[in-house]
Amino acid sequence: MTRKRREALAAYAFLAPDTLGLLIFVAIPMLLAFGVAFFKVDGFGNYQFIGLGNYRLMAGDDQLWASLKVTAMYVVSFVPIAFVVSFALAMLVRNHFKGIGWVRSAFFLPNVVSLVVVGLIWQFLLVDKRGALSRLLAPFGLGDVSFLGTPSLALGTYVVISVWFLMGYQMLVFLAGLKDVPKELEDAAAIDGAGPWQRFRYVIWPLLRPTSFFVVVNSTIGAVTGLQAFDLVYVLTKGGPARATSTVVLYIYEQAFTFNNMGYAAALTTVVVALLIVCTGLMFGFTRGGRFDED
Amino acid sequence: MTKIRVVPILAHVLAIIAILPLLWILISALKPAEEVFNFGWPQHWTLSNLQYVLLKIPMPRFMLNSAIVSVTVTVVALFFHSMAAYALARLRFPGRGIIFSGIMSTLLVSLPVILVPLFLVAKQLGLLDSYAGLIVPSIFHAFGIFLLRQYYLNIPRELEEAADLDGCGYWRRYWSVILPLSRPVLASLSVLFFLANWNAFLWPLTITRNPDLRVIQLGISGMQGQYAAAWNLILAAAVIAAIPTVVVFVAGQRRLVDAMKTTGLK
Repeated sequence: MTRKRREALAAYAFLAPDTLGLLIFVAIPMLLAFGVAFFKVDGFGNYQFIGLGNYRLMAGDDQLWASLKVTAMYVVSFVPIAFVVSFALAMLVRNHFKGIGWVRSAFFLPNVVSLVVVGLIWQFLLVDKRGALSRLLAPFGLGDVSFLGTPSLALGTYVVISVWFLMGYQMLVFLAGLKDVPKELEDAAAIDGAGPWQRFRYVIWPLLRPTSFFVVVNSTIGAVTGLQAFDLVYVLTKGGPARATSTVVLYIYEQAFTFNNMGYAAALTTVVVALLIVCTGLMFGFTRGGRFDED
Repeated sequence: MTKIRVVPILAHVLAIIAILPLLWILISALKPAEEVFNFGWPQHWTLSNLQYVLLKIPMPRFMLNSAIVSVTVTVVALFFHSMAAYALARLRFPGRGIIFSGIMSTLLVSLPVILVPLFLVAKQLGLLDSYAGLIVPSIFHAFGIFLLRQYYLNIPRELEEAADLDGCGYWRRYWSVILPLSRPVLASLSVLFFLANWNAFLWPLTITRNPDLRVIQLGISGMQGQYAAAWNLILAAAVIAAIPTVVVFVAGQRRLVDAMKTTGLK
């Protein structure tokens, strides 16, 4: 036994539990989805090969297209709003002041309680006419509005709640990125006569590119397939009213566990995976992987 | 000069607004049923909602289930992840790059994406409706491996070399040198893992039907149907479910923040 071999064997032994686990519970399910997608599976677990049948079904599945539209609208509204809000918070609590620790924790606290609790909280705040928020908004003539019960408003409400839930986490990521912006650079720019806006535009912003990229990718993936795309809508609206908040992952869940269409649900899974890969690829392309301009 | 004073005030005001919804349900849970929609401070404080939820609904049972699952997953995950991270950070072996990339690529996959096939795998393995089913699939996640590896890369080689000269094998080097040194990062991860598993909803919803295995999040979401209009009770249950998370967060706050900060690209 040479030393090299001993080291390699030890390494494989150390890696075995996690690698096996990730294979069985992540990699194999992914591959399995691509296999099961070609079958029709009934409630008794009988598999019948139907080739591309599931994919043909999708074309005429209005609810699927509605869900894709909901997810797309959710992404394009949630990602930028969450980005701006959490970045603004990070800038706000960047420099030390009295009580900064408490303030940072307060912004993060919504992220600590579960999405189920978050859903219940906002349902309670938005109970028609009697909820605290409805009463607060009554002077503005919004007291009778049913935010979660009106199809045109439910998705927006869900976006706002998601932002409230995630802003503290993204704020921390931005803070970590801001820590890597050397103070000397900003000071130098200030000495050269750069105002706050210019310092932000020419010093902070370019240096934050990797962090921004991470935040955008992370929140996009989260918006499409994160727990927020399931837990929160499930508790808030179950995808209603009139399918207005039915996200793709919620729809897949319904197909699999409400209607027992495992094969169709697996085929839908493969579509979402493909979508994710395309999304991530596009973002990499647009931002050159979040690298600096001169690379 | 005025700017310096505006920022703290604004920050404090926004922070209070941000946690108002949380404070609001805490206060509302302490109101009697007829007052729950009243605006403002309770006229009569009451613990009856909390009592009812703890005695009439098997809340303690839900909490016990969640505690069993969260603690077990956290302990086992810390153990497995630190082992894997040790190999990836400190040992040289053929295929290291490929294995690391493979592990990292699973980060793109979140539970809702693989829910359906994962359910089929769990079914094949006989994990439905069991503690094992709640625990085992929740253990494996690349994030912990990634974070620990980052940490281990920065531990000075000399420390391990000393142990090597003393004739310690790899296991001893990991167990007696590296693990004790990684207490801070293990603590932050344990906060993170505990919170994630205590708050888990989708996976338990998918694989447990047996009421005896019901975890806390399923318990409180199930109250929506059963106690549809009894908001005083629903909120009491939500508060009870949220208290452990807030306590763990406050206790492990600095650690958690440290862990979070490393998630941004370094």
